Amino acid sequence: MTGPTGAPSLHPVASGVLIRGGRVVDATGPRVADVLVEGGRIAAVGGDLAAGMPSGVTVLDASGCVVAPGLVDLHTHLREPGDEEAETIHTGARAAARGGYTAVIAMPNTDPPLDDAAVVAAVLARGADAACEVVAGGCITRGREGRELAPLGELHDLGVRVFTDDGACLSDAGVMRRAMEYARSLPGAVIAQHAEDPALCGHGSMHEGAWSARLGVPGRPAEAEAVIVDRDLRLAALTGTPLHVLHVSTAQAVESIREAKAAGLAVTAEATPHHFTLTDAACAGFDPVFKVHPPLRTAADRDAVRAGLADGTLDAIATDHAPHRTEEKERPFEEAPPGMLGLETALALTLTELVEPGLLTLEQALGALSWRPAAIAGLSDRHGGPIAPGGVANLCVFDPAATWEVDPTKLASRARNTPFAGRKLTGRVRHTVLAGRPTVVDGRCADGG
Amino acid sequence: MNHLLSIDDLDRAALDELHALAESFLEVTGREIPKVPALRGKVVVSLFYEDSTRTRLSFETAAKRLSADVMTFAVGSSSVKKGESLRDTIQTIAAMGIDAVVVRHPSAGAAHQLARWVDASVVNAGDGRHEHPTQALLDTLTIRRHRGPAIDGLRVAIVGDVRNSRVARSDVKALALLGAEVTLVAPDTLLPPSLAGWPCTATHDLESVLGDVDVLMLLRIQRERAAEASFPSLREFTARWGLTVDRAARLAPGTLVMHPGPMNRGVEIAPEVADGPRSLIAEQVHNGVAIRMAVLWKLLSGGSGGGMVA
Repeated sequence: MTGPTGAPSLHPVASGVLIRGGRVVDATGPRVADVLVEGGRIAAVGGDLAAGMPSGVTVLDASGCVVAPGLVDLHTHLREPGDEEAETIHTGARAAARGGYTAVIAMPNTDPPLDDAAVVAAVLARGADAACEVVAGGCITRGREGRELAPLGELHDLGVRVFTDDGACLSDAGVMRRAMEYARSLPGAVIAQHAEDPALCGHGSMHEGAWSARLGVPGRPAEAEAVIVDRDLRLAALTGTPLHVLHVSTAQAVESIREAKAAGLAVTAEATPHHFTLTDAACAGFDPVFKVHPPLRTAADRDAVRAGLADGTLDAIATDHAPHRTEEKERPFEEAPPGMLGLETALALTLTELVEPGLLTLEQALGALSWRPAAIAGLSDRHGGPIAPGGVANLCVFDPAATWEVDPTKLASRARNTPFAGRKLTGRVRHTVLAGRPTVVDGRCADGG
Repeated sequence: MNHLLSIDDLDRAALDELHALAESFLEVTGREIPKVPALRGKVVVSLFYEDSTRTRLSFETAAKRLSADVMTFAVGSSSVKKGESLRDTIQTIAAMGIDAVVVRHPSAGAAHQLARWVDASVVNAGDGRHEHPTQALLDTLTIRRHRGPAIDGLRVAIVGDVRNSRVARSDVKALALLGAEVTLVAPDTLLPPSLAGWPCTATHDLESVLGDVDVLMLLRIQRERAAEASFPSLREFTARWGLTVDRAARLAPGTLVMHPGPMNRGVEIAPEVADGPRSLIAEQVHNGVAIRMAVLWKLLSGGSGGGMVA
């Protein structure tokens, strides 16, 4: 079976979906319109399309809602294969759909890692009937060990465009240069770096600063990010290969990327909702749910990340959705694994923390969540809009005014490690449509739950 | 339920009350039968995830002198070896019916986590590099017994491996509560990466403080926390920041010398100084039992109100 994109797909295509009464927002601007979906593609966008609609068309009410291109996450840990107790491709994809996503880039730090064509093919096959498109990221180096190059070409043949050793920083400058040079032969490939110098981080478990000193927790200095970003920007200039900086967390790195972009370098960058929302003060109670790499930083860093998103220095909002089993997150702070959930709260945090206070317009926010990451990952042929006849119907419908409280027990993710438990947020996903098929209807996954 | 997790849990009144209680328990420990029935029927568990001699024995002695039943949990021969989590371990122990758990753990915040999981009182006996509150209580008690209860303005230098020291973090807070003026003395590699909010000053130069301090507190080089990578050699450390016989001779008359132990003799402190007339090291250990009696009694007797918050 072949989907509307020409790519293999097992998604059954709904007979027709009418999204009615919403405000369409995409890169071309806002307008009030109905959206008619047929055969997995957008058939019509316009004024009242309900008149004369044949029976059998599923009508999704979008009154009071924004109808946007489906969100695209550049940074999702699905944990399969290897830690299916924390998350599976299918539970992670359902969490993504609930969060308004129609595509996620699956990070390759699984066990075994995505450094091998057979493993990538297996993940793609498992993801074919998931609630969002599962796009495989690939390792830069074998075993993410930072020494030998992974079979970048073979992975590229399978559709991999984002290469990263994420979770580990590719700290050897020689290997990084070689990967970037080799990637020039792979159209659309981007080398994505987890920028934290391991030598400066040591066994650090939180941001190095006043809080780490008070708590007696070994720190990870801001400079550990900055020195790798600065080095990689020079290597990007040397090689001409597109560089993507994952989860930028420091004011220093934001400034370096801003300068590099001004100089015309092919660099993109992302920020996470937790880095633009929380600070290292959250670690004061030693709850490992707040432990993440790179760590939560100071208020000044958080504000710099917000400013970077506002002026476009940071292109994308990515979740770094990192599920962990509850017992793993109940280990002592210094021993617990880093990472936090993100897929089901990212849109609402963006609206609450950035759009509501006026730092970003709604169009900017959706650009960072949808069409800009789609472009970085080479998915613009089917994700990120624009919402126009002929386009693949990957859509997200959300109520920008709905308020809700984050309840870890009600997440679609298999894991519970959200740092936002109990937080009241504005903006809630109502429907998600994947290649014409509703995956979320009225806030619930189409397969129940 | 009350805990003692950090000196932050205490205000000045609570600290004074614990010291007063400890004074009365010091009297008890001087008796022919140094035991009172204050905590009869109470169960105190000592849960040590790190090796310890003095702190564990001090707590267990304190509990026994108060007639509590003491369960010693030996991590090395327990189901922890079988991969049991901290939470499962403490909840299993708690299910047996306990009143207090005294915990030492190599990770900062472990005692705080336990306190979220059990109803029993949790006493932090050292969590990673974070805090060791009963050590600070006994250090300040020892100082007060020599310099009078009012020690505001007293000049105290804390020398050596501050960065890796839970004792230093607790001592700085307790001394500040009592109004003492604290100076940390170490190279930057052994100082915390930030002293923002710390009620103390810092210097690299031990020589500059020798002549005008009232108390010199030495810290153990935390060799198990890889502190030795922070300076070129033990020899160089001792030459610059060790309390040698020569330096001890240049201390002002009456300056007290303290060390939380266990000592690296000949590294942070010369054996002659450790065993010399200025040294309060043995007295610190002696006072430790009384302090821990005071803490356990305060937490478990349901005794009169006052400042044990948290």
